[in-house]
Amino acid sequence: METTPPTVQPTNRLIHLWSIRLKLWLRDTKEFLRELILHPTALIGGIIVILYILAALFAPQITSYDPTKGNLRDRLKPPAFIEGGMKEYPLGTDAQGRDLLTRIIYGARISLIVGVVSVGISVLIGSILGALSGFYRGKLDAIISRFADLLMAFPFLIFAIGVMAFIGSGVTNLIAALIFKGWVEFFRVVRGEMMSEKTEEYVEAAKVTGRGNLAIIVREIFPNIVQSIFVLATLRIGEMIIMEASLSFLGLGIPPHIPAWGSMVASGRDFMLVAWWVSTIPGIALMILVLSINLFAEGLRDILDPRLKTIA
Amino acid sequence: MKAIKILERVLVSIPIMFGVAIIVFLFMRLTPGDPVDIMMGRGGAVSAGEIEKLRSEFNLDKPLHVQLWLFLTDAVKGDLGYSYVQKTPVTDLIRERLPATIELALTALLFALIISFPIGILSAVWQNSLLDRFSMAGAFMGISMPGFWMGIILILVFAVKLHWLPVQGRIDFDAQLAAGTGFFVLDSLLSGNRAALISSLKHLVLPGFTLGAGIAAILARVLRSSMLETLRSDYVVLARSKGSPEWNVVLKHALRNALIPTVTVIGLQVGVLLGGNMIIETVFSWPGLGRMVVAAIFQRDFPLVQGSVMVYAITFVLANLIVDILYTYLNPKIAL
Repeated sequence: METTPPTVQPTNRLIHLWSIRLKLWLRDTKEFLRELILHPTALIGGIIVILYILAALFAPQITSYDPTKGNLRDRLKPPAFIEGGMKEYPLGTDAQGRDLLTRIIYGARISLIVGVVSVGISVLIGSILGALSGFYRGKLDAIISRFADLLMAFPFLIFAIGVMAFIGSGVTNLIAALIFKGWVEFFRVVRGEMMSEKTEEYVEAAKVTGRGNLAIIVREIFPNIVQSIFVLATLRIGEMIIMEASLSFLGLGIPPHIPAWGSMVASGRDFMLVAWWVSTIPGIALMILVLSINLFAEGLRDILDPRLKTIA
Repeated sequence: MKAIKILERVLVSIPIMFGVAIIVFLFMRLTPGDPVDIMMGRGGAVSAGEIEKLRSEFNLDKPLHVQLWLFLTDAVKGDLGYSYVQKTPVTDLIRERLPATIELALTALLFALIISFPIGILSAVWQNSLLDRFSMAGAFMGISMPGFWMGIILILVFAVKLHWLPVQGRIDFDAQLAAGTGFFVLDSLLSGNRAALISSLKHLVLPGFTLGAGIAAILARVLRSSMLETLRSDYVVLARSKGSPEWNVVLKHALRNALIPTVTVIGLQVGVLLGGNMIIETVFSWPGLGRMVVAAIFQRDFPLVQGSVMVYAITFVLANLIVDILYTYLNPKIAL
């Protein structure tokens, strides 16, 4: 008996394919969220990070003060919870009479933007170069790898300080300085993974079915390493935020007219004896954010990629 | 075999050092505008002839590759150019500040090792105990805390409130210490000056601890996880079953093997030590290299910044070379 294979319209097949993808993705997300709930520290970290993001996004709605203009009559007022504090300024004011809470909320914008953008672009550059180097090898790989080795020879902060010293302070410059070295780690991870995945059977199989190199890299290999990259990237966001704050503390990062936690800590140093809160409170905000990001990242690692434990 | 491995590592690090020097040289080209203009201040009352003279003095009138060649050949000879501001050789300025920085860095490393080793080992031996949980929570805080902020908190608590330790500097103003090696602890020991010794040690505590704490946190975590791994390995089970005392099993069999990954991490932490150095020296007004660089950046003293960044980077390369050599000795697999 002869059977004719059912003819499927190409568009129908595409819809069918994507519906399967969507289902798989939903299943994975559900699974991930279930595991996240079972991981209390990661969950708490994630929630605090979301609160920071919301505060940064809705800063003008949360506070009515201008982060850059102060009332000199109210300078160096202590936080409301200690003697002499005013409830108008819950966390006190700085030397120019600016509300500290307002500046901290606006400062979250800078920290989050610098952290996320610098890591995001580093991941992008590092992944593309790493994938090309690891897959094709050859001259391109040799050149990029040597350059990466050279950048590895610099301690990160020294490199960032060196670059900032010459290009000058500013948000874009700072992000550029961080990316300039930040991509190297992602390059090395992706390149290494590419080289080992390339020899796996599924890659051979994809080759046999006639898939092009680019399709193999993007559609076959990448889904297998994307989780490790994601975990590593999350871990690095906290580090970049500390890096930005350190540079701003030195006066080399964010220019003084933009509220940033590092420069706020620095500006409070002169008043340490009379107004301890100006320096310490922005630092607490910074530490809680970095701590939460790291808790979340470590949770992610436990859930998604336990094997990363040794390298990160 | 080991000797060949080591020689290979030494040879590999030479081109890296040259590459580092080239990158540092190129840093200067990132500056928007002409270095001499910036140096003189825009619109300054300097004649064109003087600017030309300065340009040729700093080799800025020559093509880029000639400048690079001059920079590299001079650097090999230990000449890193002249400071724009202080008009003295950069190498002399760095040499003058180096003892203070090394003294602080060694103190920090000492703090880091003293704190991290017992914690890392005991947390692994008594896994999930109260000590383990507390110290790992502490270590987690340590890696999430910026050094400059921790320094300020420590100053507020121990110097401003409790008056136990000095706020800043290397030594009391009234301490009579004759010039010597520049290492104040060593100098005061050599001259038998008790007051100066106590004063300089007191000044080292807060900055040394601040700089070392972050490294201690990372080391403790790494040591704990690699100890957990080695403590479960076959050779440790074997050593135990042979009736070897527990301390011997932990320290000799487990620790020795756990040291291999730890040593690599120590090498990487030298980078943190060097970078943190600039921050911590600024916080504690420590008169070392880091504080000088930060000041030089604001004075736009580019040769001094360039030379110092190069010293930092070369130190990092050398430190990792030493770590690699140590690693070769520690790792029995390489001997085969």
